[in-house]
Amino acid sequence: MSQTFVVVAETRGGKLRQVSLETAAAASLSAQPDDRIAAVLLGSGVSAFAGELAAAGVSTVYVVDHPALEAYRPDAYLAALRKVFEHVPPDAVYLGHTAIGRDLAPAVAAALDAGQISDVTAIERKGDRVVFTRPLYAGKAFEKKTFERGPWVVTVRPNNIKAIEADGSPCETVTVDYPAPSLRSVVKDVVKKMSGKIDLAEAKIIVSGGRGVKSADGFKPLEALAAVLGGAVGASRGACDAGYCDYALQIGQTGKVVTPELYIACGISGAIQHLAGMSSSRVIVAINKDPEAPIFKVADYGIVGDLFEVVPLLTEEFRKLL
Amino acid sequence: MDIIVLVKQTFDTEEKIVLQDGAVSEDGVKFVVNPYDEYAIEQAIQIRDELGGKVTVVSVGPERAAEALRTALAMGADEAVLISDDSLAAADESAISRVLAAYAGQRSYDLILGGNFSVDNGAGQVAVRLAQLLGIPHVSSVTKLELSGGSATAHRDAEGDVEIVETPLPALFTAQQGLNEPRYPSLQGIMKAKKKPFAQLALSDLGLSGADVQPAVSRVSLSLPPQRLSGKVLKGDIASQATELVQLLRSEAKVI
Repeated sequence: MSQTFVVVAETRGGKLRQVSLETAAAASLSAQPDDRIAAVLLGSGVSAFAGELAAAGVSTVYVVDHPALEAYRPDAYLAALRKVFEHVPPDAVYLGHTAIGRDLAPAVAAALDAGQISDVTAIERKGDRVVFTRPLYAGKAFEKKTFERGPWVVTVRPNNIKAIEADGSPCETVTVDYPAPSLRSVVKDVVKKMSGKIDLAEAKIIVSGGRGVKSADGFKPLEALAAVLGGAVGASRGACDAGYCDYALQIGQTGKVVTPELYIACGISGAIQHLAGMSSSRVIVAINKDPEAPIFKVADYGIVGDLFEVVPLLTEEFRKLL
Repeated sequence: MDIIVLVKQTFDTEEKIVLQDGAVSEDGVKFVVNPYDEYAIEQAIQIRDELGGKVTVVSVGPERAAEALRTALAMGADEAVLISDDSLAAADESAISRVLAAYAGQRSYDLILGGNFSVDNGAGQVAVRLAQLLGIPHVSSVTKLELSGGSATAHRDAEGDVEIVETPLPALFTAQQGLNEPRYPSLQGIMKAKKKPFAQLALSDLGLSGADVQPAVSRVSLSLPPQRLSGKVLKGDIASQATELVQLLRSEAKVI
């Protein structure tokens, strides 16, 4: 019997998020030819992005465009999804493993009495079954999971499943009425600390600092390098615990797990819990004064030296090149 | 203020993972309170000390999880409940949240706190599912929490931005790093913990049976990631190493 997959797409900073295209691709990988893939856009002023989803096999985009959905609130988003589900009862709901997806997916799963597989990095079809790969212990191990019953809820880790580029296929857009419900929670304010910055989980290049940066100011050369490369700045627990930076930057088993194309570790020794969070990066560069630092054991390229000397030189070299 | 704190016992984050007979070996492993749950426990203790009330720490897990609950009692929680049952061996997040909902449904509470996710499974589902099952509002990934009257104001970390959310109680919050500095149990706290109420419950005590905790997802296999090999450590003076690295990243690794 034909199944219906519903992809919950997100926008950020006035753009459709890359992870949403990857999530649509994840639904395609899970689906059989006669299955149907729909997408949902929730927010304020999001109708314009519907066309971009007309790829990855998405046949219909349901749009709930309402000022009450401008800032994320679990109650409001769940109520909007319930409205959409009246039009398109889902057999599976796919979301990005993002700040919104991580929060919304378990609420959707509980509301649908569904199982959920979180933070999926790969998907394969085996006959009638779909097998999902996901990390355990932040990537020290991986498990493959499958659903015993429906409906399914899946969250997809950014940067792991290849998006299908928009091909301009025709795609129907359905506007869903949303009588804003009375909500229990109120978002009083949003302090935009990351405006214009690239989210760590989605970044293709990360320049990360450890205790070796020595102070909050010590991150400045790293920020300059990240800016030249169009990347994001991350940190080890050592740097966060020492108060050099915000915990939001922390990469590791506590903190965020990242899988960029290029990870440049500056003044990071390479504690096991940090390595868990970044070892799946495609290419790792280590810069450390201590030639015995464990980070060199996982690095593709290493420079033994003072990051305050090396990083500005790299910034200069890249500036010439890019 | 009647506070329930959800606690999970996890591997210490410095532990390496060893597979044995297709499962993760627990031989010689150091177990700790899930680091994110420590923030939740600390916050609960601070709220109780300020506003009065009681902190109950609850865990669904094997017998060894009692140790994590004793740590929480030694930090200053008042009572502990361990829900342990053979039928929970293959339980998934939907089953565990149903068990916790049955427990919470049997008692009164003003506030439920938990960690943002556990550092072992890292799925981050149970707390949010629980709020949904109980029909109470939730705010996840909280870096600041203030209570006044019947409501709470929370700072939520949203990929580095901060959302300031106001919500009525009862409500559920999950703790993010930076919420507080969890205390270490004092010697006196450890002694006191031994005399605090500690209940162990089975599914039948919650009016549940094995049929209520059938998992919706199951594990097919488990593996370790491919070992990364250490690569090239560059040589020569620092300036030429920098030049060489940039060239290698472009021509050999092709990431730039």
